[in-house]
Amino acid sequence: MAERNLSVDIAGVTLKNPVMTCSGTFGSGMEYSEFVDLSRLGAVVTKGVANVPWTGNPTPRIAEVSSGMLNAIGLQNPGIDVFAQRDIPFLKQYDTRIVVNVCGRSEEDYVEVVERLGEEPVDLLEINISCPNVKEGGIAFGQNPKAAYAITKAVKAKAKQPVIMKLSPNVTDITEMAKAVEAAGADAVSLINTLTGMKIDIHRRAFALANKTGGLSGPAIKPVAVRMVYQVAQAVQVPIIGMGGICNAEDALEFILAGATAVAVGTANFHNPVASVQVAEGIAAYMERYGVSDIRELIGAVK
Amino acid sequence: MKYKETAKVIRQECLMDGIYSMWIQTEKIAGEAVPGQFISVYSKDSSRMLPRPISLCEIDRAQGSLRIVYRVAGAGTAEFSGYQAGDDIEILGPLGNGFPLTEKKAMLIGGGIGVPPMLELAKQLTGEKVIVAGYRDSLFLDRELSANGAFYVATEDGSTGTRGNVMDAIAANGLEADVIYACGPKPMLRAIQAYAITHGIQCYLSLEERMACGVGACLACVCKSTEVDEHTHVHSKRICKEGPVFLATEVELD
Repeated sequence: MAERNLSVDIAGVTLKNPVMTCSGTFGSGMEYSEFVDLSRLGAVVTKGVANVPWTGNPTPRIAEVSSGMLNAIGLQNPGIDVFAQRDIPFLKQYDTRIVVNVCGRSEEDYVEVVERLGEEPVDLLEINISCPNVKEGGIAFGQNPKAAYAITKAVKAKAKQPVIMKLSPNVTDITEMAKAVEAAGADAVSLINTLTGMKIDIHRRAFALANKTGGLSGPAIKPVAVRMVYQVAQAVQVPIIGMGGICNAEDALEFILAGATAVAVGTANFHNPVASVQVAEGIAAYMERYGVSDIRELIGAVK
Repeated sequence: MKYKETAKVIRQECLMDGIYSMWIQTEKIAGEAVPGQFISVYSKDSSRMLPRPISLCEIDRAQGSLRIVYRVAGAGTAEFSGYQAGDDIEILGPLGNGFPLTEKKAMLIGGGIGVPPMLELAKQLTGEKVIVAGYRDSLFLDRELSANGAFYVATEDGSTGTRGNVMDAIAANGLEADVIYACGPKPMLRAIQAYAITHGIQCYLSLEERMACGVGACLACVCKSTEVDEHTHVHSKRICKEGPVFLATEVELD
């Protein structure tokens, strides 16, 4: 059997394979490490972390919908101090890259976390400017190219690690957002975050979520995500991390062929706790089947 | 440890309209399960992404089998209710923390679909105990429960036992205990919490909430806690991970 290369490069950081986890679906890997050997993943992307603890939204925070779910967790997190003491040392035990997702309500919040992480052994930062479930911050930076440019510049000025900007699909033209963050110095982009949705419980005649709206994820959004990854791949030079409804290797390969250098598995973890590792195995099997010696031959191969 | 298993349905029966009882043959889950824990049950239809958390009604460690008694609440549980003996069933467990067992004089209170976890608990509590079950009208698991302790019933329509809720049955029968274990709808738990705190009785409440991961990663199924929580340092505990059983004094039910 020929030696096959599954490793990819994101802003100078080599991932052993292109499979990561989606922020918010995997904690910091601790809970899933009972089922998944984290060392078999290209990277673990943590739940968003802010400068201080965030309480999150009232419950119910989730609702199932056909081929997906809505969530409005509201970025509950312990803040950077606890995270740095507990979660980073945990992840360092594994042979995987550590990507820390950073959230904030203001530019100062983001920069504070990014500066703190500069002293920590993390490989990449993913800046969440696309959470639809928090009022200030999050999406406020992610729906306006000028605001996205400004926050990217501010983060890049202080970041010691390469910066991935996570983009929202809740925009008219995602390529404008991708171009703005690239112009501001982003090292990579990840897309898509969730699509804002709503579910109404007809029996209770009430919103299914306490937050009224939530982010739609899962296979229901995959065609939208593949389309956006393709569009962004035509618009920018920086590497793309593709996500949105990936459940298996076939899904992941669609994103890679559309132009994603790496992929992330999110909602599928809830349906199948070992989905992420199965995606990595399935990509290797696909390469074997079609005689692909290097995964990089597949990135953006469909024009 | 938690295990993801493709288990086998041993048998299934309908106890009453919309309430089903299923025995499941597991490889490892039954061997480690304790009363008050739950399993996640996965749909075979991939358009239903989220597992359904279902509490354990009985645990047979020797045989490696589990019993769940659940209500058909939607398409997922409707699918499970159609499983036949010999069918595969995808499950993850055992999840959460069970009821701490004591030798004290115990009162076990179940309301509606919160009744089933009281059966295994009643079987494993060796001390003096009374069991109080609240139903809308029809009874289920009543014979099994009454075989495991002094059994009292409340029904909303008064067709059996005390007319009203479990608190009415407790008052009508002058029931007392040194420890309370309860599972059921939130208004019932709120009343029991207030009763236990007022009377200074140790009380364990089993909570439920919409869940996604079932293992503590997604932070969907949180409840308010009186103290700052260990995991995210706010006032929020994960029902799937720190729960589903909590001391009445450590959670706020709003």
